[in-house]
Amino acid sequence: MNAKNKKKAPSLLGSLDWLTIFIYLVLLALGWMSVCGASYDYDQAGNILDFSSRSGMQIVWIGTSLLLALLITMLDDRIFESLSYIIYLGFLALLLATPFLAHDIKGSLSWIKIGSFSIQPAEFAKFGVALCLAKVMSIYGFDVRNWRDLIIGIALIVLPMGLIVMQKETGSALVYSALFLVLYREGMPGCILFTAISAVVYFVVGVRFADEPLWGIEQMSFGHGLVMLLIQIFTVGLMLTYTKSSSKGDSRKGSSSRRKLIGTLLTVDAAAMLFAKYVYPCDAVWVMVVANGLLVLYLLYLSLRERMMSYLLIALFTLGSIGFFYSTHFVLNNVLEPHQQTRIRVLLGLEDDPRGAGYNVIQAKIAIGSGGLKGKGFLNGTQTKLKYVPEQDTDFIFCTVGEEEGFIGCAVVLLLFLTLILRLLHLAERQPYTFGRVYGYCVLSIFLFHVFINVGMVLGLTPVIGIPLPFFSYGGSSLWGFTILLFTFLRIDAGRDRMQR
Amino acid sequence: MEGNYELEKRKYVIGGTAVVIIIVYLIRLFTLQLLSEDFKISADSNAFLKRIQYPARGAISDRNGKLLVYNQPAYDVMVIMKEQQGVDTLDLCESLDITRDWYERRMEEIKDYRRNPGYSPYTQQLFMSQLSTEEFSRFQEKLFRFPGFYIQKRSIRQYNYPNAAHLLGDVGEVGPKDIEEDNYYRSGDYIGKLGVERSYETMLRGEKGMESLLRDVRGRIKGRYQDGKFDVAPIPGRNLTMSIDIELQALGERLMKGKLGSIVAIEPSTGEVLCMVSSPTYDPRIMTGRQRGKSQKMLADDPHKPLLNRGIMGQYPPGSTFKTSQALTFLQEGIITPASAYPCSHGFHFKGLKVGCHAHGSPLPLVPAIATSCNGYFCWGLYYMFGNRQKYKTVGDAMTRWKDHMVSMGFGYKLGIDLPGEKRGMIPNAPFYDKVYRNRWSGLTVISISIGQGEVNLTPLQIANLGATIANRGYYIVPHVVKEVQGMPLDTLYIRKHHTMVQPKHYDAVIEGMRQAVLGGTCRAANSSSYEVCGKTGTAQNPHGQDHSVFMGFAPRENPKIAICVYVENGSWGATYGVPIGALMMEQYINGRLSEESEVTASEFEDRHLYKIN
Repeated sequence: MNAKNKKKAPSLLGSLDWLTIFIYLVLLALGWMSVCGASYDYDQAGNILDFSSRSGMQIVWIGTSLLLALLITMLDDRIFESLSYIIYLGFLALLLATPFLAHDIKGSLSWIKIGSFSIQPAEFAKFGVALCLAKVMSIYGFDVRNWRDLIIGIALIVLPMGLIVMQKETGSALVYSALFLVLYREGMPGCILFTAISAVVYFVVGVRFADEPLWGIEQMSFGHGLVMLLIQIFTVGLMLTYTKSSSKGDSRKGSSSRRKLIGTLLTVDAAAMLFAKYVYPCDAVWVMVVANGLLVLYLLYLSLRERMMSYLLIALFTLGSIGFFYSTHFVLNNVLEPHQQTRIRVLLGLEDDPRGAGYNVIQAKIAIGSGGLKGKGFLNGTQTKLKYVPEQDTDFIFCTVGEEEGFIGCAVVLLLFLTLILRLLHLAERQPYTFGRVYGYCVLSIFLFHVFINVGMVLGLTPVIGIPLPFFSYGGSSLWGFTILLFTFLRIDAGRDRMQR
Repeated sequence: MEGNYELEKRKYVIGGTAVVIIIVYLIRLFTLQLLSEDFKISADSNAFLKRIQYPARGAISDRNGKLLVYNQPAYDVMVIMKEQQGVDTLDLCESLDITRDWYERRMEEIKDYRRNPGYSPYTQQLFMSQLSTEEFSRFQEKLFRFPGFYIQKRSIRQYNYPNAAHLLGDVGEVGPKDIEEDNYYRSGDYIGKLGVERSYETMLRGEKGMESLLRDVRGRIKGRYQDGKFDVAPIPGRNLTMSIDIELQALGERLMKGKLGSIVAIEPSTGEVLCMVSSPTYDPRIMTGRQRGKSQKMLADDPHKPLLNRGIMGQYPPGSTFKTSQALTFLQEGIITPASAYPCSHGFHFKGLKVGCHAHGSPLPLVPAIATSCNGYFCWGLYYMFGNRQKYKTVGDAMTRWKDHMVSMGFGYKLGIDLPGEKRGMIPNAPFYDKVYRNRWSGLTVISISIGQGEVNLTPLQIANLGATIANRGYYIVPHVVKEVQGMPLDTLYIRKHHTMVQPKHYDAVIEGMRQAVLGGTCRAANSSSYEVCGKTGTAQNPHGQDHSVFMGFAPRENPKIAICVYVENGSWGATYGVPIGALMMEQYINGRLSEESEVTASEFEDRHLYKIN
């Protein structure tokens, strides 16, 4: 396939990033093996390539993806930039129309049927959003450090997210939040990203561990205590990062007072816990809450004394964190109806629901655990063939890798993904123009998010959000989507030194 | 672009995040795959046997608590393809009383992905379903000789009464489409196919459980994995209480024997369906167990279509019963008052158009017009309504207003009963006639809709619901056959009142007309000494044969307990079949039994057949 290309455009071939293409091909091959593992049976011998089987169909998707990749590399690299608005608007229109055209597949309205195939526009729309974001951010004078520009950037991301939520595909919508990393790279204040991530962590940790006792003491909630501790850690961390005094004399004094502060907090927390454990069992987490309150007061005092805005902002962050935690807690437990509470917990993958998501995770862990160091070998896995996990060859495909290829195989796959992401990071940074850089960051953020959530969910570390593992999960829509995303970037990258030539 | 160097450093934050995530995941994998004792055991793939535990399906009882449907144990033979090699086929076939041929065909079917989409050679597949207790005990003794074969305890439905087959429905094996649409089902599972078994499937079925068992090298079960830590107990399905009175249903089926048609009775104040007879019917007991396929085919081939639930799927011209809805519309629109009288000389004659009528006094006001079922009166009413250019700009506007009235009475659209397959009937609208008559039509063109003929079609349920609406003086609650789902509130659809566009005061004249029809008009046979019956007959013209006999009524007049529609295909006059059958049904429900005299009449009607029963 590529040999033909060679004769036509040798210079293009030289500037393509072959390392990325190599990783892509290796991941495709490993992915196909996993789909075989998840769906192949001995009794149907010979059908591994049969187009009526999933593994056979996956070959069709892989073949067409390679063709797509070839097609994209043959296009002029400027075409993406010039068409980006049209592509974005086109995808918005398609996403808007999808719920009306879609036929209901297990409650989701995100699949459009074309002939005998179904496609999921949400998987392709990432491409349009990435292009549009890159185009808008490369406009001369556009700077996300301005509030107005930041809001435009956020709106570009949130709009398609909303449309996908309307298709009842919350998982696919959440992927777009990865693009906030791009805004961060381009200058969005780090504290916004930090605050947003903190909020998610407080909420998930708080809800997930709300009913687990802390240190075996029934009165205390592990989630509550952990969130309070996190607030202390984040606050001190922010102080260390943002309030370095400018004058040298102050810095020594400042660092010793900070050491004292950390020491005091740790002592108070530990004393409260020990008291609850050995003297009188009570909810000692409230001592931590009070400590956090005092911390806020201390920060306010510092902001007045040192006349530094940063202290005030950190105080606001700490106070906001405590407020956010209690208000979400209150809304979840007192305002919402019980069935809505359950819905939210299940949606976040937090509900201990052994019939639904929780059961899948248990099965996944058994399958992965049974793989051991070297795994059972290609097509020898059995746990993943039992079909007790419905999304065996799509969202839970990593189980098959774990079972058949073992720890070694998993490590290889994860390290390949890491190499791919770091390589894309390197490629993005070497772009001469903002457009290429932003687009590159979009691509790597999306890959990072997919790997983070998908593998984390199979390992029982992140909420169960049904999104595919790039190049592994069965299905044409996701494979095509990722291929288009990746190769468009490679094509843009290949034209990076067009001006010099 | 000075700040860009500072920003470029952020690549380390992003890259660092990726590195940290992957390292955390590698540690997690390391503990899961290499350190955890929990999962060591699963390294041997055959150590596990996962067995689905099926919940008991919910029971169904009637409105008086009489048990209608319950479960009886049955046994499925399951097979794990990977384990069954080397079985003595001959011995197996003998033990199960099947032929070698059947065995081989069945094995092929199991392995066919198209027919059995959830197939896996590692899990239990259904080999043979619903063995009786005797068959089971015979097979159980030899089971040890057939490795790879297992017994799965299931249940089959048992019916206490031979009635209400259309309402109760049945259960059968899931098809490939069901499996694709709902993750709950696996090949070989059962699903409700018709009636409430289908419409309340998700409540009746409960939740499956799962147990993980451990086996030794020879495949013998040694116990539960981790003492059942990962086991999930099944949750039994919810019980249903139907609004049906099974005695009334049984009487209805008896009276309709040998006739085609339907009886639908509704409790007006609640919208609860008291009975829904569709004739011909069948005994639900023939649809259980392994005979289901054969019975299904037999019923499907019957020219009288016993599988059709005529109560909600039959769309018939309502005939003169429809005149009540016309009277209400004309009163509300101010076209007539109860005192308005129209002439009728053996029918409606105008500009060469003639709609015939029988002999009665002329001109007539509203009450006797309903009581004697005068065609002329309602033709004039529609003519004046559609011709009224002060009130409606065009005939199309009048038609639209008329259609809105009809829709508000529950016609033209599905009512929304909790049974699958309801039909919507037909209420024409202005665009419909514009198309048919190319915009050249008037009230005269469509005059027959005023007497429930022409394009108008209703289901017997909609006619009965009209009776309920009149009995309630202006509202109805969507009819439903399930009164209560155990541990769940009833859908609000079945609680909310739907008001018609007609004010309650206009109902009095119509009710008086229906009362007079019973006292001295067309439905004298429905009169009862112990309660006040109101009724309206219908004789629906049928171009394909003998007219259809229709009765719509309710009783008692104040605080009505029952509204009813009787529709007998090819039964000729409304008074011939509709009225007497309706009278017996009302008596049974209101008095709780039939008098001796009525019992004789009932037996008479049971034996009067309009078609030959084979």
